[in-house]
Amino acid sequence: MQLNRDDLLKAYRDMRTIRAFEDRVHDEFAKGGIPGFVHLYAGEEASGVGVCMNLDDRDKIASTHRGHGHCIAKGCDAKAMMKEIYGKRDGLCGGKGGSMHIADLSRGMMGANGIVGGGPPLICGAALTAKTLKTGGVAVAFVGDGGSNQGTTLESYNLARVWNLPVIFVVEDNGYAESTASAWSVGGSQKKRAEAFGMPGLEVDGHDFFAVNEAARQAVEWARGGDGPSLIHVRLDRHYGHFEGDAMTYRADGEVEKLRAERDALNIFRAKVVQAHLLESSQLDAIDAEVAAIIDEAVAEAEDASPPGEVDLLTDVYVSY
Amino acid sequence: MSKKSYRQAINEALAQEMRRDPTVIVMGEDNAGGMGAPGEDDAWGGVLGVTKGLMPEFGRERVLDTPISESAFIGAAVGAAATGLRPVAELMFVDFLGVCFDQIFNQAGKFKYMFGGKAVTPLVVRTMYGAGFRAASQHSQCLYPIFTHIPGLKVVIPSSPYEAKGLLIQSIRDDDPVIFLEHKVLYDDEEEVPDEPYTIPFGEANLTREGEDVTIVAFGRMVKFANEVADKLEKDGISCTVVDPRTTSPLDTDTILESVEETGRLVVVDEANPRCNMATDISALVAQEAFGALKAPIKMVTPPHTPVPFAPQLEDLYIPSPEKIEAAVRAVAGA
Repeated sequence: MQLNRDDLLKAYRDMRTIRAFEDRVHDEFAKGGIPGFVHLYAGEEASGVGVCMNLDDRDKIASTHRGHGHCIAKGCDAKAMMKEIYGKRDGLCGGKGGSMHIADLSRGMMGANGIVGGGPPLICGAALTAKTLKTGGVAVAFVGDGGSNQGTTLESYNLARVWNLPVIFVVEDNGYAESTASAWSVGGSQKKRAEAFGMPGLEVDGHDFFAVNEAARQAVEWARGGDGPSLIHVRLDRHYGHFEGDAMTYRADGEVEKLRAERDALNIFRAKVVQAHLLESSQLDAIDAEVAAIIDEAVAEAEDASPPGEVDLLTDVYVSY
Repeated sequence: MSKKSYRQAINEALAQEMRRDPTVIVMGEDNAGGMGAPGEDDAWGGVLGVTKGLMPEFGRERVLDTPISESAFIGAAVGAAATGLRPVAELMFVDFLGVCFDQIFNQAGKFKYMFGGKAVTPLVVRTMYGAGFRAASQHSQCLYPIFTHIPGLKVVIPSSPYEAKGLLIQSIRDDDPVIFLEHKVLYDDEEEVPDEPYTIPFGEANLTREGEDVTIVAFGRMVKFANEVADKLEKDGISCTVVDPRTTSPLDTDTILESVEETGRLVVVDEANPRCNMATDISALVAQEAFGALKAPIKMVTPPHTPVPFAPQLEDLYIPSPEKIEAAVRAVAGA
């Protein structure tokens, strides 16, 4: 896909929306306003946005416990997401899913997933639907480096290959499965694992939107063209802990400060497009201001919104019972 | 109307629904069989021949053989159901639940609720259960109480060929995830089954015998045993109502309670292991809602709290037999 100025503006807006959303959730969680567990995607924006820029309404994604960024990248409404994370009745899932199960099937977003490795089998099914009904759609499973070691993920590599499904497995390797280093927990390499199952494996720098976007363009082209599954190993960093409240004692001193200074996906994007005279700094500043205002509104509206009522406890279990 | 086996009834239900609705697909290990192999196509038609003939009629695109990867293909069935197909996935033996349960209970069963009512997951998982095949501990369990425990799943236990066809068609047309349990010992049982498609609604128990003295609630193969016992005891002056709930989720509690109100005596027959099974569930229901009607303590007839043994002599002792059911009915009847 040749990216035009509008595409670049959209990519930056989506990445900035994710960053602002997650930074704000971090702050509000610390203040005690958000119930439950949250796992933040800040730092990984170039992956979700770089991949999803290649998708359209026919296409499905399945996400992980770290799912807010994938939601925004696939077009979910940030205000409805914030309400969901606050557990409110007008939230994206009626306040019944929360951060770990946030989903919008109408946008092709098949859910964050509280089960590590839960998504890849489901996305094989979404790809089977696309293939059987000949919709032309493709399906993307995002998994982390932790999820890459689940049997469900490895079984799905095999199933996608033998059924020749239009699937893209995106392994977002942020270096840590919870507190355990992926350098220790992953045997072999993600690329060679893909190749062992008979599918192409691509490796990209996940701080570079353009690298991710190009790899995903290639993978989507293969999938839409009937060549079946492929895998993209995206190396990136998360700015926060595994979950909010994680003291990150397993990380090196100064590690996060350094990566924020040197490998920030938004800073890298901004420098590239400005230096290449593709976009003006002022355009990006304007997006920053617009997004900040939207997130302010999202939090204010989420705080004011009504929680579900007792009647909602018993609904939505079955279509009919 | 003609005589059909339980196996034929299930096969006919699948074929008729696949003809009616192009979004119905079938998948599982060896559902056609011979995939990629040099011999015959449709070599097996399922390990016990239940899906035989579907692949030649509907093709490999709608009858999918799978690798032995239950997590992946049961999960794929869930994902396909959530995106527009009506998959009927075969979990060859219910005992294999252990390698794919996440996709059933954490994914399929919870989508609708977690996603605020906006998901529809019209999935059927067909699976073979039950003892009596000398198949030992890992190929003989019942396990339907485990599915019944999960909100969001429906659980169907057909007790005869007629029941199997009508309940399977209902399962395929149903918009919720359904676990459809086929007792392996019943596959060759025959009875009159209509040729045309028909449905049997969920949550409506079937009274296979009607009597005044004792209510027997039984599931699956145990309905057959309960009927035998009821017929025998009728001659001895003990008349029994036999309730086949057909589905454990939803469960027709009204019919069970109404029957116990009439008879005042309850025997529950359940081939599942005794802790937290359907027998304990129904006993608790009756103790809570109809205690005043009881004329005798409730009796439960179940296997012991052991795995299913291999040796034929032991397996026969394990299975709730007509003799054990008869003894329980006589005990509650005071005869």
